[in-house]
Amino acid sequence: MPKIKFLAFFAAFFIAFSLWIACSKSKNSEHTDIPDKISYNFHVRPILSDKCFTCHGPDKNKLKAGLRLDQAESAYAACQETKGAYTIVPGKPESSELMKRVTSQNVDYLMPAPESHLDRLTEREVKILERWIKQGAVYEKHWALLSPLKSELPKVKDPQWPKNEIDYFVLAKMTEKGLEPNIEAQKEHLLKRVSIDLTGLLPTEAEIDDFMADNSEHAYEKVVQRLLNTPQYGEKMSLYWLDIARFSDSYGYQDDNIRSQWPYRDWVIHAFNDNMPYDQFVTWQLAGDLLPNASKEQILATAFLRNHKYTEEGGVIPEEYRVEYALDKVKTYAKGMLALSVECAQCHDHKYDPISQKDYYQLFSFFNTSKEVGFEGDVSASKPAKTPVLTLTDPEVKSILRFINKRDTSPVMVSVMGELDTPRITYILNRGAYDKHGEVVKPAALSAVLPFDTTRFQRNRLGLAQWTVTKENPITARVFVNQMWQEFFGTGLVKTTGDFGMQGNLPSHPELLDWLAVDLMEHNWDIKRLVKQIVMSATYRQSSEIKEQHLSMDPDNVYLSRSSRMRLKAEFIRDIVLETSQLLVKEIGGPSVKPYQPKGLWEGATSGRGLLKTYEQDNDSALYRRGMYTFIKLTQPPPSMVVFDASNRDQCQVKRSRTNTPLQAFIMMNDPTVLEASRVLAQHLLLDQKTIEEKIAQAFRIIICRKVSTKEMAILTGYYSEQLQLFREKKLNALKTLTIGDSPINKTLNLDESAALMKVVNTIYNMEEAITRS
Amino acid sequence: MEKELLEHGLNMNRRKFLSRMSLGLGGIALGSLMIPELFSGNGEEMIMAGLPHFAPKAKRVIYLFQNGAPSQLDLFDYKPKLREMQGQDLPASIRMGQRLTGMTSNQKTFPLAGSKFAFQQYGAHGMWLSELLPHTAKIADDLCFIRTMYTEAINHDPALTFFQTGAQVGNRPSMGAWLSYGLGSENKNLPAFCVLLSKGKGNSQGVYSKLWTNGFLDSVHQGVQFSNGENPVLYLNNPDAIDKADRRRMLDRLASLNEESFQTFGDPEIKAKIQQYEMAYRMQTAIPEVTDVSKEPEGIIKLYGPDCLVPGTYAANCLLARKLSESGVRFVQLYHQGWDAHDNLPSQIVGQCIDTDQASAALITDLKQRGLLDETLVIWGGEFGRTNFCQGVLTPDNYGRDHHPRCFTIWMAGGGIKPGVYGETDEFGYNIASNPVHVHDFHATALHLMGLDHEKLVYKHLGRRYRLTDVSGKIVQGILG
Repeated sequence: MPKIKFLAFFAAFFIAFSLWIACSKSKNSEHTDIPDKISYNFHVRPILSDKCFTCHGPDKNKLKAGLRLDQAESAYAACQETKGAYTIVPGKPESSELMKRVTSQNVDYLMPAPESHLDRLTEREVKILERWIKQGAVYEKHWALLSPLKSELPKVKDPQWPKNEIDYFVLAKMTEKGLEPNIEAQKEHLLKRVSIDLTGLLPTEAEIDDFMADNSEHAYEKVVQRLLNTPQYGEKMSLYWLDIARFSDSYGYQDDNIRSQWPYRDWVIHAFNDNMPYDQFVTWQLAGDLLPNASKEQILATAFLRNHKYTEEGGVIPEEYRVEYALDKVKTYAKGMLALSVECAQCHDHKYDPISQKDYYQLFSFFNTSKEVGFEGDVSASKPAKTPVLTLTDPEVKSILRFINKRDTSPVMVSVMGELDTPRITYILNRGAYDKHGEVVKPAALSAVLPFDTTRFQRNRLGLAQWTVTKENPITARVFVNQMWQEFFGTGLVKTTGDFGMQGNLPSHPELLDWLAVDLMEHNWDIKRLVKQIVMSATYRQSSEIKEQHLSMDPDNVYLSRSSRMRLKAEFIRDIVLETSQLLVKEIGGPSVKPYQPKGLWEGATSGRGLLKTYEQDNDSALYRRGMYTFIKLTQPPPSMVVFDASNRDQCQVKRSRTNTPLQAFIMMNDPTVLEASRVLAQHLLLDQKTIEEKIAQAFRIIICRKVSTKEMAILTGYYSEQLQLFREKKLNALKTLTIGDSPINKTLNLDESAALMKVVNTIYNMEEAITRS
Repeated sequence: MEKELLEHGLNMNRRKFLSRMSLGLGGIALGSLMIPELFSGNGEEMIMAGLPHFAPKAKRVIYLFQNGAPSQLDLFDYKPKLREMQGQDLPASIRMGQRLTGMTSNQKTFPLAGSKFAFQQYGAHGMWLSELLPHTAKIADDLCFIRTMYTEAINHDPALTFFQTGAQVGNRPSMGAWLSYGLGSENKNLPAFCVLLSKGKGNSQGVYSKLWTNGFLDSVHQGVQFSNGENPVLYLNNPDAIDKADRRRMLDRLASLNEESFQTFGDPEIKAKIQQYEMAYRMQTAIPEVTDVSKEPEGIIKLYGPDCLVPGTYAANCLLARKLSESGVRFVQLYHQGWDAHDNLPSQIVGQCIDTDQASAALITDLKQRGLLDETLVIWGGEFGRTNFCQGVLTPDNYGRDHHPRCFTIWMAGGGIKPGVYGETDEFGYNIASNPVHVHDFHATALHLMGLDHEKLVYKHLGRRYRLTDVSGKIVQGILG
């Protein structure tokens, strides 16, 4: 039976698909259209990198036939294995061995060789290579390694549209692709969007009223400025950085005991709220301890490098883990700050990017000289931080570190960085094995990005930090700008936020990315300024309505001819539910909290050791903190968050997915947090002397942030009347419905009305729009 | 060319479809709306070849993970030599300077410890099994014992992670996530990858959600952890005050509201959301049905043992695994904690075997009587083995064993597996004498049985094509039927 259904399903699918193919044939032939002027970086290298570099790229050990296709010199030279042939003869595709190989019908001759499991080149790819060779086969340095330049603003056909520089680049590209910008979003939508994007919270009713009533020219800018100045701005911005910094509240691994890295989280919020320039933000986190007369705040920032997991499993080989922690630091630094995936070079020369194994271990050596040890005893001897430890005393927190939300007078310990007096020698580790020492190497940053000039930079983390944020570094500002773009548009200008290397995506708007990167550096790495530029742009303010042209010409919205609709991040879903029901406790920072969670999740998976073997739920105000303060136990991260794609914080993560699954529906329908909020909001509304229609309209406006339509109103009032009747007739149990969560039920109110309105509110929370930024 | 493109598109589409819409949603219109995305460029996702790659031998996997590492020397790998040399030091010629964990590296001697338990040969292949496994012994002819598994990790966390994800560290997708990604689900009302946990009385090591992580794959491929409470799946059940009819009333209104939003925004994701709620509604019936053992006949309860009626036990999970698998769940992953016997092994292992032996054997018997064993791959094993020498003080009737990655035994049964005994260890049970099977080989073989070429099941992430088997892995031909 299921088989038949399955087949029928795919048959139907096949038909749908065939129709689509038929309809879009013209579009496919467009794909074979190739640019007049071929760019090595934008057209050729993606092909070579994907299909050829595995055997003909930077990895010396895998090099076949002595041929490197990533370097002109080798590609132009005589073939070593085919006598008299030249791989590439500039200007002459017909004489180039490369063209013969990729088009051959003979499998022994064809490239990529079948044993590589790589598909043969497509027709379009072949044509691009052909035209490129014809045009002289000119090689270029990888785009991300060339210094960004502030190009002139492009000419646009509608000079009225741009509100700032961003829009010139976006509109020019849109026009080139035959797209038109959407109109500006309705004020209510725009206010909701910018409030969520800048604070992770919704506008209040009063804020909506104010904005709707303000018809002045600067109404929107005033809102933006207000939001940038709220402390919730720092919370919102921190969340993405905490994914990069893999922040958590436990050690991970076997017994997964508690640790106290949370003062670092408080510092990140503080840094964003204080608008710390990005270069300083990076420098402190990489090398705060090495700054002259380092302050405790600067040292605290280096916890960034110590948020990795830490083993407390009895019997481990300490050196194996000490090396593991250093490898994790390299990965986090490279992915989070340089958008380069360097792990490949841990075991061998990088196959695609010009990073050798030696380069890798030179980078590794910066992180290999701290006082850390691999193992400090098993869980029975666990401490809340591991060497080197920064102890923050009560007087310090009350005076110089006031951004730390400490609950009691006891000192708090944080794992931070600190150098050995005599630096540890770093070796290349053969095949990445901790005990297979090869050549000795000295600290040096990735020379392919920017040579590490030791007359300017010391061979320590401070030198590395300075190298990272020097304006000559071509990559750092671009990477940060791209992360910001992703935060506000859902996808980066470079889609692969964590990979600016050759296998990564090319920027969709390279000139814009460069313009913003240079502009950021010219303005002292001012983050709030960059954020304001983005949200003030006409690009950002467009309506998110999806029209036919969007779906057919740019379904992924690469060319930004509309605002992207995005499901909210897990933490913000929790936040808006608590906010709209007035349950939210807007306290900033402090030790992480344990809100409602189904019984048995921690207990079922624990080793039975350590302080986190059972989940001990908090009470009172701790139940209503923002999602970012929910306790993250690495081996069992908060389940409702994970269902909404929150990072499990196991590793540095620069991008979350945005899935849409039935498991998410269960949370919105049945999680006590959402149900309690539904009850509390319903009872708040019932306190007012308004008609039920007015109350429902208000609930809708509070949660969805717009006026309810007549049709929506009819649906909701119909549901309310029906529910009320069912409760009155005792077909449904009102008290049972209302009994959820720790907050008190107001029993002076009519329980049937309370329960009916609670069901209406819960239905509104379940709307797609409720958890979507549009 | 056009045909190629069409096939390519179909494959893409199916994969994308499964991955975006998760547990298989049945909306054709929606699917076709999503198709244009499939050609959207050289992003991370566009890699898959036709799936499955060839006719599969098995359709589903049940993996009975024995967490903590059972002692192969007390269960499967009979070594009378150890008894003969009881208490003598492990010869250096055998140990060959292999690394030890921090728990025994300071021991001055490595006294050999023969098993306390009696062994006997069973079945057509004459497999030696200890007296601790009477039920397994009865079905020995259905099993293939691999006595020469080996791994590279020597501690629990990396070893477990290696077995589950093909890498010792990192956040790589687990085996179940790979199969969900590659093959999707057979039942659109159930998750493709389900995880069941239980714990014995022996020394435990934790389990962690990264073992069933989707890694860099879409999070819909993540294993869904079933819990033992009222809600097998997180917040599956409606609150007490809401029954099915009432949920339906709410969902109908919700769908109308979402339709209104769709009119405003035109976003296909809104349509998808409506479908996801419908699927959630169906799951609210499907999951309680499949997890309800009350309708199982007495013969089945007897087969698995009385514990199978106690939620959260290994026996209950084995029965549930059968039910889930029978309903089309692609990958059911069990973990049973408590095998880490560094000391008092003889008493600990007795308890562990009482908890697991009958139910493991029952699962095989049950699948077989339903005609499902041929299409189900069942795997039983831990993350490494245990040493042939004693950890701590050796007394005439007590010993402990440390971690031993160099050889240990697992068994496999069902779809495509040839029953028998594979591989031999040396007479000390310390090194492999013939036919080694690496973790990557194990993965390559399991994927092969599922109709997947382990070199082709790839996902491009951050510029690299990742596989479950990393850069190695050979199919173990000797265990294929």
